[in-house]
Amino acid sequence: MSDIIDPGSVDRPNSYIGKSLPRPNAKTLVEGLGRYVDDIVLPRMVHVAFVRSPHAHARLLAIDGTAAMALPGVMRVFTGGDLSPHCEPWVATLAHLKGMKSAPQHPLPLERATWVGEALAAVVAESRAAAEDAVAHVRVDYEPLPAVVDMEGALLAATPVIHAELGDNLCFERVNETGKVEEAFAHAHKIAEATFYSGRHTGLTLEPRSILADFNRASGRLTVYHSTQAPHMMQGVFAKHMRLSEGDVRVICGDVGGSYGIKVHVYPDEVAVAVIAKLMGRPVKFIADRLESFASDIHARDHRIRARMAVDATGRITAIDVDDLTGIGPYSVYPRTSAVEGNQVVNLVGGPYDFANLRARTTVVFQNKTPTCQYRAVGHPIATAVTEGLVDLAAEVLDLDPVEFRRRNLMKDGSYPRTSPAGMKFEGLSHEASLTKLVSMMDYPALRSEQERLRQEGVHRGIGIASFIELTNPSPFMYGVGGARISAQDGCSVRIDPDGSVVAASGVTEQGQGTEAILRQIVAEAVGVPIADVRVLTGDTLITPYGGGTWACRGAGIGGEAALRAGLAVKDAALKIAGAMLQAGPDAFDIVDGQIVERTSGLARMPLAELARIVYFRGDTLPPDLPRELMQTRHFITKEYPFAFTNGVQACWLEVDVDTGIVRLLKHWCVEDCGRVINPLLVDEQVRGGIVQGLGGALYEHCIYSPEGQLLVGSMADYLVPMAAEMPDIEVGHVETPTKESLLGAKGAGEAGTAGAPAAVMNAINDALRPFGAKVFAQPFTPERILAALGKVPTRWPEPARSSTRMMSPARTGALAPPAPGFLSRLFRRA
Amino acid sequence: MSTAVDISLTVNGERVSRRVEARRHLVDFLRLDLELMGTRTGCEHGMCGACTVRVNGNIVRGCLLLAVALDGADVETIEGASQSGELRDLQDAFIARNACQCGYCTPGMLLTAADLLSVNPRPTRAQIREHLCGNYCRCTGYHAIIDAVEATAASRNAKSGP
Repeated sequence: MSDIIDPGSVDRPNSYIGKSLPRPNAKTLVEGLGRYVDDIVLPRMVHVAFVRSPHAHARLLAIDGTAAMALPGVMRVFTGGDLSPHCEPWVATLAHLKGMKSAPQHPLPLERATWVGEALAAVVAESRAAAEDAVAHVRVDYEPLPAVVDMEGALLAATPVIHAELGDNLCFERVNETGKVEEAFAHAHKIAEATFYSGRHTGLTLEPRSILADFNRASGRLTVYHSTQAPHMMQGVFAKHMRLSEGDVRVICGDVGGSYGIKVHVYPDEVAVAVIAKLMGRPVKFIADRLESFASDIHARDHRIRARMAVDATGRITAIDVDDLTGIGPYSVYPRTSAVEGNQVVNLVGGPYDFANLRARTTVVFQNKTPTCQYRAVGHPIATAVTEGLVDLAAEVLDLDPVEFRRRNLMKDGSYPRTSPAGMKFEGLSHEASLTKLVSMMDYPALRSEQERLRQEGVHRGIGIASFIELTNPSPFMYGVGGARISAQDGCSVRIDPDGSVVAASGVTEQGQGTEAILRQIVAEAVGVPIADVRVLTGDTLITPYGGGTWACRGAGIGGEAALRAGLAVKDAALKIAGAMLQAGPDAFDIVDGQIVERTSGLARMPLAELARIVYFRGDTLPPDLPRELMQTRHFITKEYPFAFTNGVQACWLEVDVDTGIVRLLKHWCVEDCGRVINPLLVDEQVRGGIVQGLGGALYEHCIYSPEGQLLVGSMADYLVPMAAEMPDIEVGHVETPTKESLLGAKGAGEAGTAGAPAAVMNAINDALRPFGAKVFAQPFTPERILAALGKVPTRWPEPARSSTRMMSPARTGALAPPAPGFLSRLFRRA
Repeated sequence: MSTAVDISLTVNGERVSRRVEARRHLVDFLRLDLELMGTRTGCEHGMCGACTVRVNGNIVRGCLLLAVALDGADVETIEGASQSGELRDLQDAFIARNACQCGYCTPGMLLTAADLLSVNPRPTRAQIREHLCGNYCRCTGYHAIIDAVEATAASRNAKSGP
C-alpha cells in the first residue's frame, strides 16, 4: 500500500506526489473569474455598515438611529440591545490554559465601547453607500472612560480594570520551568541578555473580511457565504450562539482573497450580520472597508520579552530565561483565544537547541486596543527572534562565528525522538543537515569575505541566520482539549463517477495556498487516474466531510493523508469489482492511468470508465453479493504526537545605510524540512510568501497607537507593507524528514517562512552594525530606530514605562461633538 | 439630492450607457453597474493596485477615478484583456510559475505587468520590481511574479528574434 508514496517512484505513470504541478484553480483566477464573497449578488440582498467607536473606552449612554432611518434607502438600525436576545454571548477561554479569563462578548456591545473601531451599531440599507451615509447620522452619546493603553502598566494597582467582574486586567499567565535555571545563570561563563519588542501588526488580507448571510424563514435554514478558513467551525458557532441546530446552518466558502490566520476567528460584527439576516429574513452582506480592516481585523504580536541566555566556556548553551508580556485588547478572541500566542512563545523558545535549563513566562493582559489573536506563525516569529537574537549575542560574547555557535548547540540530527526543555515532543528534525545545506547554498565563507571587503569601503552589510522549529499537524491538544469545538480531524470522500473521473470532497479549505491542487495530486496517484480526471471540492459544510479547515499548517499533513487513504480505499473497492468482472483475485490488478492493468505484466485489461459504467448502469451483470462502493470516505487525526514539528533555517543578506538608517534587503535563503514535499512549486511559494510576511513585520508594519488609544494607521498610505521593489529574491532548499505518523509523511510548510524571517533580519542588521557597537531589538526596525541605535537621532521608542491610563476627555460627548484627537476618530465619525 | 449623470463609454469593446451617481468610483461602476467582478477593491486609497484597469490604453486605479469622468472613454478590464487573448502568455506564465495564490491581486498585477512589457520588452528584474511596486500581493512574496514576467519577456523576445 505504501509503495504509493515511495519517493523514488515519482516518474512512474500517474505518480503525482512530489511533482511541481500548477494549480487547477489558477486558470480561473488569472482571468479574474474567481468568485469571492463580494462577487455574490442575491435577490433582496441588503448591505450593512457599522457605527464604530471613536473612543478607546467609553460608556454607551444612548444610541439613536432616528435621523439615520430617515435617509433614503435605509431600512434598519440595530444596536447591541436589539441583537442580544437573539444571540448568546461568548467567552473566549480554553480550559487547558489554566486560570485564563475573559469577559462575555456580544455581537454588538451592550454597555461599553472598549476599543477604537469596535462595531457599536449596524445600519442596514439598500446599498453599502446608503448605509455608510446613514452611519454618520446615528447619534451615539458616550461617556469617555479611562483607557488602558500601555500593556506595561495594565496590571498596576492604579490602572482601571477594563472588565470589573474579572477583578484585574490579567487574561492569562504561565511559567514553564525545567531544570535549575538560577543555578545555571549563577555558574555561567557568559550571559547574553536583551529586551526584545515585537511590533503590533496585522494580516492585511487584500480581500477584506467578507460575509453574506441569508436566512430562509420557511425552512429555518441559515446559509452563510463566508471568506473563512474554517467553515465547519463557523457553522458550529452560528448554530450555537443563534440557537439553531447545526444541521440548519450551511457555511459556503468559495474563493478567499488571502487569510493568513486573519479569517479563522469569530468577529462580533460578522456574527451581527448573521443575526440581522435571521431577524430580517433576507440576505445581508458585509464587506469590511480598509479602514474597518485596520481597526477590527485581529492584530497580533504586541510583545515585550526580557530574555537572557547562559553559556559555558565551551560555547554550549546552559540556560534560557524569558519573560514575555503581551497586550491582547479588551477581549480574548473566540474561540481560539488570545492567550495562545503568548503560550506559543513559552512552548517554542529555545526550540532548536540542546540545553537543559529553561524558564519561560508569559503574561497576557487586557488593554483598550484592537483584539489580537492568531496570525500566520502564531508566536513562532517572536520565540525565534528572541532565541536567535540571544544566540547571536552569545556567539559574539564568546567571539565565535554564529554558524559555529549554532553547530555546537543545535539538537543533533540523530538524537530523535526527543523532548525539548519546554516539553515539546520532536519525532524527527534535521537542524544540522539544514544548516549545512544553507551554508552551502549561500556560500557563507564567500559572503563573509565580501562583507569584510565592503566594510573597508564604508559599505555595511550584514548576514543574519535563524534556525527555527514550526508546529504543524496539530492534534486535539491544541484546542479540542480546552473545550473548543475545533476539529483536529479531517476527512475526505473520494468517488469514481460513471465516466471514470474522480471527485474528492475534503474538509480542509483552499485559501490560495494550493490545498485543492495537492489533494488532486494525492487522489490522482492514490486511485491511479490521470490528474486531469480529478475534481476537488472544498468549502461547503453541507457537502464535504466534517473537518477543521485551514490553520496551523494542517492542510497537507491532515487533509492530505485523509485524501490519500480515501483514494486508496476507493481503488481497493474498484479492484475488488475488477477481480469479479475479470475472474481473478483482487490482488491480480492495479489501476494505472485510468486503466485496470494486470499487476504483474502491466497489461491493460479494461478502462476504469468501463468498470464504472458497468457498476452504475449494468449492475445486474455483477455477482449479487459483490460490494460496489465506488465512493469511500476516510478521516485522519494525529495520535502519537500532539504536533508534527518541522524545522528549518533562514539567512538574510542586507545592507544598512548608516546615514539614513534604511535597510536594503539583498538576498534571502531558507532551507525547510516539512517532511514529504507533495508539490515543490507550491511549497516553495508558501515559504517565500511567508518570508515576505515576516519581513513586513520586521521592517515596516506597525499598528501605532496614540497614548489615548487612538489607532494612528488607517490606510495603506500610513501602514507600510512589503512591496515588490523592496523585496529580495529568495532561494529555497529542502531537507525531507517525513513524519512516520502517516503514509504520506507530510508536515506543514505555510508558516515556516514567517517564523524565521524577522530573526534573520534582526541578526543581519545587528551584524551590519557591529563595527559601530549598535544593536536593535525592537521591531519594526525602522530607519529611525536604527539611527537611534547608532546615536544619530534621539531614542523615541521604546519609551520608558509610563502611566497606562489616559482620560480621553472629561466631558460627555454627543455624536457630532469632536471626540478625542485621532485619525480614526475623524474617519469613523464622518461628521 | 440626486447628482446622477448620463455617461456613454466603451467597456471591453462594447458600448455602454448608464446613469451614474457623481460619487460612483470606476471600480464600483464596473462591479456594481456592469457586474464585471474581475476588478477588485483592495485599499480604496490608490495604494494596492487591486482595482487596476485600462482607460484609453493607460493603466489607472479604479478607486481613484470617478465614473462620470469617463464619458466617451475606452475602458478595458481583466475580462476584456483575457478574452482578447493578449494576456494569454503572461497568464500561462503566472499559472506555470505559481505566481498567483489567492488570486485577488492577480488581475491588477497582470495588467500592470502587461503595461511594463508594452513599453519595455526586455526589463531587468529590478525594473520589473519597480514597475509592479504599486501592486500589493500578500501571498507570493513577489519572487514568483517577477519570474513569470521575466519568463514572458524572454519567450516573447525569443519569438520575435533579437
